[in-house]
Amino acid sequence: MSHHIIELKDVEYAYPDQTEALRGISFRIVHGESVAIIGANGAGKSTLLSNLAGIYTPSKGMIRIGDYPINKQTLTHIRRSVGMVFQNPDDQLFMPTVFDDVAFGPLNLGLPPEEVKQRVMAALETVGAAQLVHRPPYKLSGGQKRAVAIATVLSMLPDVLIMDEPSAGLDPFARRQVINLLQSFDHTRIIATHDLDLVADVCTRTIVLAEGQVIADGPTLHIFNDAAVLAKSGLEKPLRMQGCPVCNS
Amino acid sequence: MNKIEHRWLELRYFDELATRESVIHTLHPTIKLLTTLVFIAIVASFSKYEIAGLIPMFFYPFLVIGLGNIPIGMIIKRVLLTLPFVLFIGIFNPLLDQAILVQIGPVPISGGIVSFVSIIIRFTLSVVAALLLIATTGIDAICGALSNLGVPRVVVTQILFVYRYLHVLIEEVMKTIRAYSLRSPQSDGVAFKAWGSLVGLLLLRAIDRAQRIYQAMLCRGFDGEVRIVRSWQLSKGDIAFLLAWLSFFIIVRSINIPEWLGTALLGGYK
Amino acid sequence: MHMADALISPTVGAIMWATTTGIVTYSAKKVQKELDESKVPLMGVLGAFIFAAQMINFSIPATGSSGHLGGAMILAILLGPHAAFLTMASILTIQALVFADGGLLALGCNIFNLGFFPCFIAYPLIYKRIVKEGVNKKSIIIGTSLAAIIGLQMGSLGVVLETFLSGITELPFTAFLLLMQPVHLAIGIVEGMVTAAVILFILKERPEIIHSVPGGKELGTLSMKPVLIGLLVVALVTGGVVSWFASSDPDGLEWSIDKAAGKALETPEGIHSILAEVQKKIAILPDYNFKEAKPAAGEEAKEKEVAAWPSVDSGLSVAGIVGSLFTLLVAGSIGKLLQTLNRRQQKFSN
Repeated sequence: MSHHIIELKDVEYAYPDQTEALRGISFRIVHGESVAIIGANGAGKSTLLSNLAGIYTPSKGMIRIGDYPINKQTLTHIRRSVGMVFQNPDDQLFMPTVFDDVAFGPLNLGLPPEEVKQRVMAALETVGAAQLVHRPPYKLSGGQKRAVAIATVLSMLPDVLIMDEPSAGLDPFARRQVINLLQSFDHTRIIATHDLDLVADVCTRTIVLAEGQVIADGPTLHIFNDAAVLAKSGLEKPLRMQGCPVCNS
Repeated sequence: MNKIEHRWLELRYFDELATRESVIHTLHPTIKLLTTLVFIAIVASFSKYEIAGLIPMFFYPFLVIGLGNIPIGMIIKRVLLTLPFVLFIGIFNPLLDQAILVQIGPVPISGGIVSFVSIIIRFTLSVVAALLLIATTGIDAICGALSNLGVPRVVVTQILFVYRYLHVLIEEVMKTIRAYSLRSPQSDGVAFKAWGSLVGLLLLRAIDRAQRIYQAMLCRGFDGEVRIVRSWQLSKGDIAFLLAWLSFFIIVRSINIPEWLGTALLGGYK
Repeated sequence: MHMADALISPTVGAIMWATTTGIVTYSAKKVQKELDESKVPLMGVLGAFIFAAQMINFSIPATGSSGHLGGAMILAILLGPHAAFLTMASILTIQALVFADGGLLALGCNIFNLGFFPCFIAYPLIYKRIVKEGVNKKSIIIGTSLAAIIGLQMGSLGVVLETFLSGITELPFTAFLLLMQPVHLAIGIVEGMVTAAVILFILKERPEIIHSVPGGKELGTLSMKPVLIGLLVVALVTGGVVSWFASSDPDGLEWSIDKAAGKALETPEGIHSILAEVQKKIAILPDYNFKEAKPAAGEEAKEKEVAAWPSVDSGLSVAGIVGSLFTLLVAGSIGKLLQTLNRRQQKFSN
């Protein structure tokens, strides 16, 4: 769908205890774009993602995913086209086996068992976890859980992938696998993360949040070279761009 | 504290056993469940003074252990660990029932002792049967069997969820207790005052976790119904297994085989 | 408090299973229809939580002993009675299956004793009534303590009745009762206090959780009488049908039903009759305590009692022992042989 555009207009969101988390967010993302959302803890990254996935409803403003504004009526469609991968895979893998978890979405969509099975195996193949299909989730390693969590969302064939800290807690090998995976996707990708080196590898565009507002939005490399913005948002350059400890450049 | 670690290890141990392969493991889960339940019911139906007649029932666990290649170490350990409470009640039998029931050669034995021994035998048989069920079948398949037998889906789903998150929560509890005991002077148990907030915090974390899980479910289209797809083929071998054991149990219940055997061996029948 | 299969007769087990199945089906329907779907993962996680929390021992000050949480009351307060009952049932089922904590035949009894009483009687009729006036520190402490104590007393009574009516134990009813009830009174007090401690903590940190609890239409105002009568009818009918098929040895339950139905019992004479009068006054089921008494001459009634007790044929004679040992030997050898064959086969296939 080449016209599939994500649009936010003046989105505001406050928690039930009145804390303001998002204070007027606007941006536009086109189909296939790979966008990073970065900022200090508490800047509103996770909250923004939850709003995009339809988990929270903005108190003000509008969010549009493709042809549909997010509201009660369109929620079912939104959930089908937006796949959200949570920070903690244990929250996402709640079924007795990997197969059950990856099949959960398609079964809820009402697909027949044969097609469900096809989708499950395809999704697991994509993330390289096909051999884990009958394992219970508590027997998976951190990297495996992360891969399977992604598969649970892929099996619904979403247009948009939203991910919250995809590389957190992973060993270097597992992390590299996740990065490779994300690079291979055609979906629109929106990734909230502290891992700026992952951003450099995966995302062409970066949006910087600070205190619930967008303070910068542009090509990733521009943002990383903008010392003022990084300082204001409590961040540093990605490690690969910081001085080389050997030759001191 | 050690109790938690032991339980956790046992949980994983029996979990692991269920994934092995053997003739018993491949049997249809409903068959195994039914056989176990009938076994336990028939063991319980013996009269309270029965000892010899019960013995042939041991064929079932022994055969399952053999065919299923189940190591008996952990099973024996479990039996011994759970024995005390039964002994505590059962010990009153020899104390209260002193009427001489039977005479073995020159030795008189009271009814109380007979029923006490019978209790221990029954206990061993039923506990071992239950453990063999989980060791050869696994909670997942057992829930499938329960579903087949008509248990409401809400209940089956609930059991699966509890089991799934048991591992997570036990680890969380273990970590919290460890952190606590590293900073507290006494060595056993949590001080009563700290208990409320310790458990309270764990509870709040659990509630928050449940909320996040719910959100994850919603994102994947959850509509109130948890759908699980499973199928096992019922083969002739499965049915034969069930019928054969059923017949055996009924025969054992009706005839005191050891009595016959012993009498024959001692030349009682000319 | 988990009952084992060794002390249950199939009749008692079956009756309690029938009863528990009825309550489970009823609760499942209720939960399916009425419970907010967000509670589905909550039931699962809380079930796992209570299971894990039961493993935390806390030291009871000044007694040097330790205790642990039961949990049904916390579940009822957070989930409402029906969901809490199902959660307790799931916990007990896993304990029975995986840890052999409580037998499978006795599982019906255990779910009833440890689930029905706290969730459907103690919680709605005691805790909720007390807390109705207002949810505050005082009402919670009183509410949880009373509910826990009474719930556990009922549960303990259930254990006593079920064990006693199974007829395998020799403990006389009153002795058993005097053994169990005081112990569970102490346990109940502790359970009440720890439940209060946890609930108060939640109330302080996140009060909205306590105030937004589902209870269905207030069970507290629902009359429990029709529910209980219904259960009793189910139990009696099932009991009657099942005992028809049960073993020919009259077990304790059939025996007491006979007596209760008023089968003619000759009046005992002599010292026996004095004892009879005294027993009748202090015991609920007076006849049970007689069976240890030696039969005096000419007392047909007494002999009838002895004869009616489980058959004296114990199968324990010299022949029986020889045969048993032989049988065990054969069974054990077959098992061992199969195991060795299994291992060899695995070695070859690797």
